[in-house]
Amino acid sequence: MVALGEVDALFDVEEFIEQPQRRFSAARLRSVAWWRGIVLFCTGAFFLIPIYAALRFSLEGPNGTGFTLSAYTAIPSQAGFTAALWLSLQLAAATTVIMLVLMVPTSVYVHLRLPGLRRFFDSITIVPIVIPPIVLIIGVLQVAPTFLKSTPYLLALEYGILAMPFVYRSLDAGLRAIDLKTLVEASRSLGGRWGSTLWRVVVPNLRSGLLSAVVLTVALVLGEFTMASLDLFQTLPVWIYNFAQDDGSVSTAVSLLALVLTWIVLMAISALDLRRIERTAKTRMDAGS
Amino acid sequence: MTTTQRRADSAVKPQGATVELRGLRRRFGATAALDEFSLTLAPGELVALLGPSGCGKTTALRVLAGFETLDDGRVLLDGRDQARIPPQKRDMGMVFQSYSLFPNMTAQDNVAFGLRMRKVGGAQRKQRALQVLEMVGLESEAQKYPHQMSGGQQQRVALARALAIEPRVLLLDEPLSALDAKVRVQLREQIRVLQTRLKITTLFVTHDQEEALSMADRVCVMRAGRIEQVDTPSTLYAVPATPFVAEFVGTMNRIPGVVEDGRVRLLDTTVDIRTAASTPQGNRAPETAVDVLVRPEGLAVTASPSGRGIVMTTTFLGSVTRLGVLLNDDVLVYVDQPNSAAQVPVGSAAEVTLRERDVMVADRGSGGGGASAEGVVPTVGDTIS
Repeated sequence: MVALGEVDALFDVEEFIEQPQRRFSAARLRSVAWWRGIVLFCTGAFFLIPIYAALRFSLEGPNGTGFTLSAYTAIPSQAGFTAALWLSLQLAAATTVIMLVLMVPTSVYVHLRLPGLRRFFDSITIVPIVIPPIVLIIGVLQVAPTFLKSTPYLLALEYGILAMPFVYRSLDAGLRAIDLKTLVEASRSLGGRWGSTLWRVVVPNLRSGLLSAVVLTVALVLGEFTMASLDLFQTLPVWIYNFAQDDGSVSTAVSLLALVLTWIVLMAISALDLRRIERTAKTRMDAGS
Repeated sequence: MTTTQRRADSAVKPQGATVELRGLRRRFGATAALDEFSLTLAPGELVALLGPSGCGKTTALRVLAGFETLDDGRVLLDGRDQARIPPQKRDMGMVFQSYSLFPNMTAQDNVAFGLRMRKVGGAQRKQRALQVLEMVGLESEAQKYPHQMSGGQQQRVALARALAIEPRVLLLDEPLSALDAKVRVQLREQIRVLQTRLKITTLFVTHDQEEALSMADRVCVMRAGRIEQVDTPSTLYAVPATPFVAEFVGTMNRIPGVVEDGRVRLLDTTVDIRTAASTPQGNRAPETAVDVLVRPEGLAVTASPSGRGIVMTTTFLGSVTRLGVLLNDDVLVYVDQPNSAAQVPVGSAAEVTLRERDVMVADRGSGGGGASAEGVVPTVGDTIS
C-alpha cells in the first residue's frame, strides 16, 4: 500500500492536474491574441488610412511637391469659418442643455415610478435612429412654431431628437449603477424636495452617465451634416462641404482640425470622470489596507 | 452620563410623538401586504415589527414614512392625520437597510443635509452635524466620504443623519442586516442607548428575532399583513398568543399527539388541556391529530438504557447545552440542559421528560396562524419517551 505522503513521489500530482490546463490556456490565449491582432489591425487601417491620406493631402505643396502648412495657416482667414465654428459650438451647448433638462428628470421618473416600462422606453428612444433625417425634418417643420423656423435653435431641437437614444442609454446605465430609490427616499425623509433631491443628490451621483451623455451629444452635433444642410444652416460640417468646392486643401485641413478638436474635447470630458474613478479607487484601496 | 455625552445629546432635543396606525390596508395585486393593521406607539417607545419576509413589516414602515400609499386606513401623528403630508414634511428620520449615505458628500455633509433642507445657517449646521457625529462616536471621521468608511461606520453616520433633524419618529428599516455579527451587536446597543436617552418614538423593522427581543420595548409579530401579537419581549416568549408566534420567536419543539377525552396522548404519556373547557378551540373531537409545542427548556433529558430516545447532537450554547434527541425513531426534539447537569453523550439512549410549565397544543402540521392553540399542563415529570 502506498502512504498518502508517497503519492507525490510516484508522479507530480500538481503538474498532472495543472499542466494540461496551462497548455490549453496558453494555446487558447495565443489564438485569441492572434484574432485580436487581426481585428485591431483591420479596424486601425479602416480609420487611420483615410486620416493619413487627408493629412498628406492637406500638407502637400503646390503641384504635389514638398510639404507646406499653408492650408492650416489659411484657415482663420477663410470667409464664414469662424461663424460656422461658433454656430456649431453654440448648437452643441444648446442641444446638451436641452437634452439634460429633458432627459434627466424623465429617466429618473421612469426608474422610480415606471420601472416596468423601461423596456418600452428603450424601444421608443431607438426610433430616431431608424427614421431617416429627412422624415424627421419634414415632421419637425410641420409642427415647429414659425419664430423657431428662422433660428438655428430649431436645429438644437432636431439634434435633441437625434441624440435622445444615446443620452437615454447613458443616463439609464448611470441610474442603474446607483441605488436611486434609496438615495431619493433618504433625501426626501430628510426634508429634501424633488428639485433639491435631483440637484444635490441624484445629479452628482450620476456624473459618469451625464458625462457620457454630454460626450455623445457634443460629438453628434459637431459632426452632423444632413439636418443642418437641409435646414440651410451653415454649421462647421456644412461649411467644410461647401468650402471643399473652392479649396480642397483648406477644407481637408479644417476637417482634420475639427476631428482633433472634437477628440480633445471628448478626451477632456472623459478625463474628468477618469480622475474621479482613479481617486475613488485609490481611497478605497487605502481604506482597505 | 459624561459631559461629552451631555453636550452631544443637547444637539437633539427629545420630542417623541404618539403614532397611531389604524386599520391599514394595502394590496399589491393579489397579495395583501397590510390587512387591518392597527398599532399604537407611545411617545419614546421602541416597537419592533418582526416577521418573515413578505409579511408586510417594511410596507407598514414605508406607509408611516409616507413612501407608500394606502388602500384604506389612517396614519396619525400626535392625533394629526398624515394622509396629505408628503414624506419631506413628516419630520421622520429614517435609516435604511442598504447604505443610503449620499456618495458625493462627506460624513459631515451627509449629517448636515437635513439641516440644510431646513435652511439652518452654515455655521450652526456644521456645529450641529459635528455634535451628532460625536454622539455616534464618529467626529474624527467627519471629512471622510462614504466609500472611505466601513459598513458599520456608514450606518452610524446614517443614524446620526436621521437624528440630526430632531425627528418626531425614528424609522429603522433593517439597518443592521448588512453588517457582520460583531458590528451588528455593537450598533444595536448603541441605537438602543441613544433612543432611550433621546426618548424618540421608534419603529424598527427586522426579521431577526434576537434583534427585536433585545432592543424593543414591545415587539409586534406580523404574518401575511396581519398582527399576530404585540407584547413585551418576555411575554411574547413566555406566553405566545398563537402557534405561529410560539414557533417564530425562539426555538419550539413540535411533538405529535392525539386528543383523548380532554387530554392529549403524547407518545408514552397524556397531558391535560388546561383551557379546553373555556375556549371553543379546545373542543376538539377525540382522536384529532394535534401537535404539542414545547420549548427546549421545557424538556429534560436523562441517560437511560431503557429510554426510547437517542441523543443525536449536542451544541454548546454558553449557559446551557442543547441536545437533539430522536424520539421513537421519528420525532427530533431539542432539549436545553444546564451545563452543571450530568452530560448525556451523543449516541446514548435517553429518556425525555416534560418539566412543570405550560405548553401549547396546535392543529397537526399547522404553520401557526390558522391553528387554534391552548395551554396544556403536563404532570410534573411526565415521561414522553
